[in-house]
Parts: sequence; structure tokens; C-alpha cells
Amino acid sequence: MARMTGRRALTAVPVLLGVTLAVFAVAEASPFDPVKAYAGTAGLTASQENLDQLRANLGVDRPLLARWWEWLTSALTGDLGDSAVMRRPVAEVIGERLGWSVLLAATAFAVAIVLGTLLGVLAGRRRGGLLDRAVSSAAYTLEAAPAFWLGLLAIWFFALRLGALPAGGLTDTASDTVTADQVARHLVLPALVLGLSQLPWFFLYVRQGVGDALDEDPVRGARARGLRERTVLTGHALRSGMLPMLTLVGSRVPELITGALLVETVFSWPGIAAATVTAATSVDFPLLAALTVLATAAVLLGNLLSDLLYGLADPRVGFDG
Amino acid sequence: MADPRTHRLRLWSSGLTVGVILLAVLLVPPLVQLDEQAVDLSRKLLPPSWEHPFGTDDLGRDLLLRCVYGLRISLLVGLVAALVATVVGTAVGAAAGALGGWTDRTLMRLVDAFSSVPHLLLGIFVVALFRPGVWPVIASVAVTHWLSTARIVRSEVLSLRTRPFIDAAVSGGAGRWRVAVRHLLPAVLPQAGLAAVLMVPHAMWHESALSFLGLGLPSHQASLGNLVQNARSSLLAGDWWPTLFPGLLLILPTLAIAGLAGVWRDRLNPRRRSELML
Repeated sequence: MARMTGRRALTAVPVLLGVTLAVFAVAEASPFDPVKAYAGTAGLTASQENLDQLRANLGVDRPLLARWWEWLTSALTGDLGDSAVMRRPVAEVIGERLGWSVLLAATAFAVAIVLGTLLGVLAGRRRGGLLDRAVSSAAYTLEAAPAFWLGLLAIWFFALRLGALPAGGLTDTASDTVTADQVARHLVLPALVLGLSQLPWFFLYVRQGVGDALDEDPVRGARARGLRERTVLTGHALRSGMLPMLTLVGSRVPELITGALLVETVFSWPGIAAATVTAATSVDFPLLAALTVLATAAVLLGNLLSDLLYGLADPRVGFDG
Repeated sequence: MADPRTHRLRLWSSGLTVGVILLAVLLVPPLVQLDEQAVDLSRKLLPPSWEHPFGTDDLGRDLLLRCVYGLRISLLVGLVAALVATVVGTAVGAAAGALGGWTDRTLMRLVDAFSSVPHLLLGIFVVALFRPGVWPVIASVAVTHWLSTARIVRSEVLSLRTRPFIDAAVSGGAGRWRVAVRHLLPAVLPQAGLAAVLMVPHAMWHESALSFLGLGLPSHQASLGNLVQNARSSLLAGDWWPTLFPGLLLILPTLAIAGLAGVWRDRLNPRRRSELML
């Protein structure tokens, strides 16, 4: 298993290298000029001489491959350059925001798994029944609904109409310290919306898995032995029905990141996804490049994780493939 | 496992919805001849009523009319992007499947690398560097959506290559190119077409997310995403309708197109009856 992990990790290296190179190549092909971006409005009045000097200082007069290589080698030592919009090192920006994003994503994932499994078992137990049809239709509608729209409606209802929960941010505007109970209160709405946007997929897989497993021999055997319905459902049908889902949990990272991009922006959550949007609107190349590579690494890690989970859950799956 | 009755019901309801949407989007702008941008501050933020079924926005513009125009732009961008992505995906997939070997491996590695970057993030990256506008948005949607089509077409070509009619064509003296264009391409077109139709809502969704983030279409070409973005300040003041309706109009075509595509898929693979899938 360690060998398989190592081999998969190694195949991720060329992909990551390719993505970093592509990031630089796209920037090279675009009309974006790092010197103008760095100089800002001062660049309008600066002399050509000063601009050329700046170009040399930033190192952007050198060829694409040389800049890419330099970025790569300093990135490996933890230096990701300086963010133009935050006026701070990129590594620092990412470091202080990563934790909040992980907290939000993990809570949302937990919401989606718990709710999805519960509803999936209930609906899968009697496919085509009233409950199944109602929940399934709701799931398809939810899948089609954009996460940012759900977030805005949630703000309107829970924060404005009911006044029950805060509309965004991490803490109350009046407070300048971060306390656990404030964070918890501010986490509820974004985590719920992000979780709901991931829910349809979990629900549909569990429903399908449980529904199919109910027709299979192990379940028939369990029924024949006179086991309780609850034991049959959770101990037999759910266990084998969850298997296909496990393999795909890790591969949901891209969707989770996409959802986080929108939900963090709607709720002004101070995570890295919101920073990505800020970096993009102000064309902050160092920050944007680092975040794109980071997201790619997260996706690759997710893929590895789902392979490992599948191997652990199903002993028939070998690790030699 | 849908029985024929729900099957027919789904076909009719989805078809009707798509038809109404297309008619509205094609006919309302030339027939009504109202300016959807006309500002009337005396009528700002009116809740839905008979006169304004969707209400009015913060500049007194009728939201039903704005939504129809927004849907028109969203649909157009979605269609063009899906078309571009399908052509690219079909070309790459067909080349990989038909040529095989080294070309196949290189192209498929490329597809893998592309799919490791979250789609919306890749789209944001492209749009940020090329500045917002219609074409960067279309390019950013297309660049992230050709991957699945390439995979589908490749596997279809691979399974077709072993069929007797291809052997017959080859032994009849047809060259590589002729086999690819005359025999393989027509056979994969239905699958590619299905992928294209399913991609339209996806592309619309992608465009509206970019527009909502302020990285999409310019505000004088307001798509549904722009409308939701514009409605944010009204929403925070407690007015829900400028946010609600554009979002509903994004969900409706998605469900209807998915319904129609589901029927189409069942016709293509009668043995694998699908439930409605997005």
C-alpha cells in the first residue's frame, strides 16, 4: 500500500509541473502586463526608463522558461512571491486563510454526508415511493441551483427576515477578537449552503447504492435469517451501498472548491477561495498562480485519497493496478 | 426504470418548457420593442404585481423583461461555448481514439492534467488575465468543458474500431482518413450531440458564476448571473424578488434540458434506461 501511495504521488508530479508551466504560459499569452500591474496609476506618468528598470527588477524581461524555473525553485523553499493586492508575501496570505477554508469545507462536507446518507437510505428503501420522488425531485432542483443564489436567499431569509444568524464575515463587526462561539455562529449559514450544494450528489449515490443492494443476495440472506429491518438496512444494504460512493468522495474536491469559491464570496468568509476571487479581479498574478497550483494539488490529493479509501473498504481491490 | 407514462410526461413537460423558453427568448425582444434598460426611478423596487410579474429592480426596470434578455444572453453564450467545446472535444477524442499509440497517450495525459484544475478556478484564471468580455468568457467555458466530450468520443471510437463494418471498409481499400471521416465520425456524432446538449446548462451555469463574481460579462450585456450580482444590494435591504427570479430562470432550463437529454439518451442506449441525470 505504501508503494502504491508513493507511485500515485509520483505521477502527480508531472501534472503539477505541467499546470505551473501552463499558468505561466497563459499569463505570457495574455495582454496582462506585470509591470503596469505593479506600478498601478504611477505607471501612467512614469518615464520609459523607470518602467524598463522596474521590468528588470521584477525579472519579467527574461524568457518564460527562466521565470517559471525561478518561481518553481523558490516555491519549493516556501517563497511564493509577494501578493500585489494584499501587499504581503503570498505564503503568509495563504497560511492565515487556509485554516478557515478547511474549517468551512470540512463542516460542509460533514453536513452533506450525514444528510445525504440519511435521506439516501430513507429514499432508497422504497424507490418510487412518495418520499423518494419528493426528495429526488428536490435533489435535482438543488443540483441545478447555483450555490451563490442559494447563499443569497439564505442570507435574506435567516439573517434579514428571521434575524437569527449573521449574514457574513467571521465575527461580529463590533468585536476585534476571534472567539469560538462567534465563529460557530458565523459558520452555520455558509457551511449549510455549501453542504446543501454538495448534498444532491451524495444523496443520489446512497439512494442508488442502497436501492440496488436491497435486491442482492446478502440482504435477502439477512432477511431470511430474520434480522431486524434496521440491521438489514444499516448493517447490510448501507454498507455495500456506500462502497461506490467512497471511491468518489475524494474526486469531489473540484466541486467542493468551486462551491467554496462562490459561497465564501457571498458570505465574505476570509478563506482562500474568496482570496482567489480578489486576486482575479485585481489581476494579482503571484497570488492567483499560487492558489491555482494549490487547488490542483488538493484535487490530486483527493484522487489519491479516494483510491486508498476504496482499497481499505473493499479487500477485493488490489493495490497493484 | 421509468415506466412509459412518466417517460412521456417527462418528454412533454421538458419539451414544452424548452419550447416556451426558446419562443420567449427569440420573439419577445423583436415583438415587444421595449427598452429593457429604460430607467424609471419613480417605479423602483416594486414587488411582483400584475403589471410587473417579477417586480422592478433598484432603477425601476421591469425584471421580467430584464430576465428574458438575460436568459437570451446566457443561452447564447452557453450555446456558443458548448458548440466550441464539443468541436474541440470531438476532434481530440476522435484523434486519440483513431490514431492510438503515442498520440492517444499524450492527448489523454493532457485531458487528465486539465481536469485536475477545478473548472471554475481555471475559468477565473483565464478571464482574469484576458479581462472580462464575451469572448474571454466563452473561451473560459470552452476550455474547461471539452474534456468530458473528448473522453466520451474516444471511448466510443475505440469500441467502434473493432466492429465488422470498419473491417469491411478497410478491406474494401478505404484509407485511414476515409475511415475516420466517413465511418467513425458519423457513428460518434449522436453521442457528441448529446454531450453538447447536456453541456449547454453547464456552460450557462459557469457563465453566470463568472458574471456573479464580477469576472464575466460586462454589465450592459446583463446575463442572469449579472442580474443576481446587481440584486445583491437590494437583497441586503430586504427586497428578495430581484434575486429570486433570475436564479429560478437558471434552474428551469437546466432541468428541462436535462429531461430532454435523458429521453434522448434512453433512445441511444435503450438497454441502459437512465433516470433523470444532470
